[in-house]
Amino acid sequence: MGLLSRKVTCNSHGQDSSYFLGWQEYEKNPYDEVKNPKGIIQMGLAENQLCFDLLESWLAKNPDAVSFKREEQSIFKELALFQDYHGLPAFKKALVDFMAEIRGNKVSFDTDHLVLTAGATSANETLMFCLAEKGDAILLPTPYYPGFDRDLKWRTGAAIVPIQCSSSNGFQITESALEAAYQEAQRKNLRVKGVLVTNPSNPLGTTMSRNELDLLVNFVTDKEIHLISDEIYSGTVFSSPAFVSIMEVLKDRKLENTQVWERVHVVYSLSKDLGLPGFRVGAIYSNDPIVVAAATKMSSFGLVSSQTQYLLSAMLSDKKFTKEYISKNHKRLQKRQNKLVSGLEKAGISCLESNAGLFCWVDMRHLLSSNTFEAEMELWKRIVYDVKLNISPGSSCHCTEPGWFRVCFANMSEDTLKLAMQRLKSFVSSITIDNQTHQDLKNMRKKNRTKWVFRLSFQSFHDREQGER
Amino acid sequence: MLSSKASCNSHGEDSSYFLGWQLYDNNPFHGVVNPTGIIQMGLAENQLSFDLVESWLRKNLDAMGLKKDGESVFREALFQDYHGLPAFKKELVEYMAKIRGNKVTFDPNNLVLAAGATSANETLIFCLVDPGQAILLPTPYYPGFNRDLKWRTGVEIVPVHCWSSNGFRITMSALEDAYQSAQTLNLKVKGVLITNPSNPLGTTMTREERSHLITFAIAKNIHIISDEVFAGTVFDSPGFISIMEAAMDRSLENENPGLWNRIHIVYSLSKDLGLPGFRVGMIYSNNETVVSAATRMSSFGLVSSQTQYLLSNMLANKKFTSKYMKENQKRLKRKKEMLVSGLRTSGMECLKSNAGLFCWVDMRHLLSSNTFEAETKLWKTILCEVGLNMTAGESCHCSEPGWLRVCFANMSQATLQIAMRRLRDFAER
Repeated sequence: MGLLSRKVTCNSHGQDSSYFLGWQEYEKNPYDEVKNPKGIIQMGLAENQLCFDLLESWLAKNPDAVSFKREEQSIFKELALFQDYHGLPAFKKALVDFMAEIRGNKVSFDTDHLVLTAGATSANETLMFCLAEKGDAILLPTPYYPGFDRDLKWRTGAAIVPIQCSSSNGFQITESALEAAYQEAQRKNLRVKGVLVTNPSNPLGTTMSRNELDLLVNFVTDKEIHLISDEIYSGTVFSSPAFVSIMEVLKDRKLENTQVWERVHVVYSLSKDLGLPGFRVGAIYSNDPIVVAAATKMSSFGLVSSQTQYLLSAMLSDKKFTKEYISKNHKRLQKRQNKLVSGLEKAGISCLESNAGLFCWVDMRHLLSSNTFEAEMELWKRIVYDVKLNISPGSSCHCTEPGWFRVCFANMSEDTLKLAMQRLKSFVSSITIDNQTHQDLKNMRKKNRTKWVFRLSFQSFHDREQGER
Repeated sequence: MLSSKASCNSHGEDSSYFLGWQLYDNNPFHGVVNPTGIIQMGLAENQLSFDLVESWLRKNLDAMGLKKDGESVFREALFQDYHGLPAFKKELVEYMAKIRGNKVTFDPNNLVLAAGATSANETLIFCLVDPGQAILLPTPYYPGFNRDLKWRTGVEIVPVHCWSSNGFRITMSALEDAYQSAQTLNLKVKGVLITNPSNPLGTTMTREERSHLITFAIAKNIHIISDEVFAGTVFDSPGFISIMEAAMDRSLENENPGLWNRIHIVYSLSKDLGLPGFRVGMIYSNNETVVSAATRMSSFGLVSSQTQYLLSNMLANKKFTSKYMKENQKRLKRKKEMLVSGLRTSGMECLKSNAGLFCWVDMRHLLSSNTFEAETKLWKTILCEVGLNMTAGESCHCSEPGWLRVCFANMSQATLQIAMRRLRDFAER
């Protein structure tokens, strides 16, 4: 009899992927402008660090929100005791208003349908516990966030079957890809319970087109399955086309009183839009009262600290602040993304055209020694160890084509980004020169081939890494 | 179309424990606004020492405002490392040691933070037990365990029956019987989970009980989970002996490293510090693999960095924690004695207790028959006619009818007096 559970012993947490290895390397040698200017620059962390000043300035003007006071009266006792899994009403109200504001107020949300959870990580797992179990599968378009393997499968026992998307059409979801995934699940004897999409997409940084959304709605209606729309990046849409939420599509198609209405669920969080991942604020929104009821009870396993609920209810109730924040956040993200895109261009690298997110989906296929994932890994290791940039290889996002990488831009200063781009440019130039030399040698038909030498050590990974989007 | 977890009722929330709560919510007592409402005596909360915490807060605005020496440390809002804020874990292990009279020390590297003990307990079960396997729990036990330990994990609970005849102490034969029952049901037993101090009994485990547990766990090669969330509420002798202290006393690290690696503690700040809303729980284990797996799983229930920051500052103030511990225990003892004498006046005796936020009350003499139906009837009468929400022993899986858990630390002296008066009137009828 095993001493520990199978969940522990069989490594199904998914945290041995390269995604986490790069992180580990970064932690050993982190870049610091002053203390370690030759260190590894973290470009694998999808964090939004561009608007702290706005949050800090709001805090400075609203000390009551952090001192457990309401209209100068202490409400500490009330908050310290508050562990109702229905959530702080004022916070839920402020949150649904904020969610609506992000969607241009084209949809509205009901607090009774909202369940608070400790981050979207908890929200996604909880939703899975409600909808699926061992023997069931969820379809996910590739490429997708590496953490989903842990969040959706590990403790729930459910399976993920990928919906293969390709660069030929900008990685958009197609009807045939959906069908193929469905068939694949059938072949594996798995019962498909739903489709989970991330919109805006991680790692693509694109918003879903209305066409894709319509396709999805048709598909889940036809198969009578669920649709989970992870919209945690909805507040990071900085240029056109505008963000269209799945709820907006359902409303436009007048599907409110149909069966599919109750099978669409949205996941949200304040980690990306507001840049507060440490506060652990996530939410599930569902029109199915049974799902809401079950998820509410399950949220006992990951409630949001009442101290944090109170602070954020005050902040998000300040409509002047939220309006200013949303607008400035978009501007700064756009500006920073532009800097990354142009920096990459100067290095002869292009990205998928994107209008959202905290990262770009970068095309480095032309830098691969061969069109294989081995070559992608080789390139990635060089970039981590030699160029000293931690970026995320497409294979860790389950991309079906080698050569794509996710590169984050919102978690560093402008200067650091500039430096990163310089390093990349030098690296690409050196590869080009080396390629030329290699070509010459090849042309001379030398028997001894030049080999790339990689300083690389495979270490066994200890529990060091985080699920980071 | 939903999972079986969502569609069936295995969340365990239909028990009377939760029903009483609902009725209270509809008609809550308030000294001024609703003096005839239901008095909540079913909520094990510690509301006696908030003034001490508030006074600390008033002197430490920086800690609340995510500032350090006047400078903003708001960037802590980014901190989501599942290893936890190092400063916070350091303070927590020192606090945990202090509660145990510094007779044990804890290593922050063996501590895993979780969003409350609810999360910690579930996570530990996910780490130690597979679906279809079982853990043993002495009765009576906290009603929430049915949800926390079984619901999403798919694990079974097999009760270790304890009886009033010996003060509900865990005996070797009870442990053996439970093990046999599990075998009969074809369930592989992976561990035994004890709550020490006990909820709902309010007692600390005796040396004998500890000895039985350790012997049993060695013999069956199983885990011991010691839920010590009430460790800081021990207000009377005998003192509190943590399972870790017992393990050290028996030199288990050297004598039986197997068991040493199968002992795990669950703790939380909800009961001792009265901060259930802040969701601060933890798992402590000497087993590296468990620590590692639980750390990864804690992603599903991390503690807000805002809260970690505030509390690491508070617990760092040793003067505050010493004063708090002492004063908290004093007030708990006083309130408990008030309840005990109030109950006695109504002809009800409690199990002799030295800890917790509640008493385990003997109302067997008030039952119309020695059955759980009679107990439910009595409980409902007390709820609806007397206006007191207590917790029926059946919802705690007590093996004998007639016992009820009555909380005392979640109300003012005045409210407790009113409650006792109502009970006296009822008893006289």
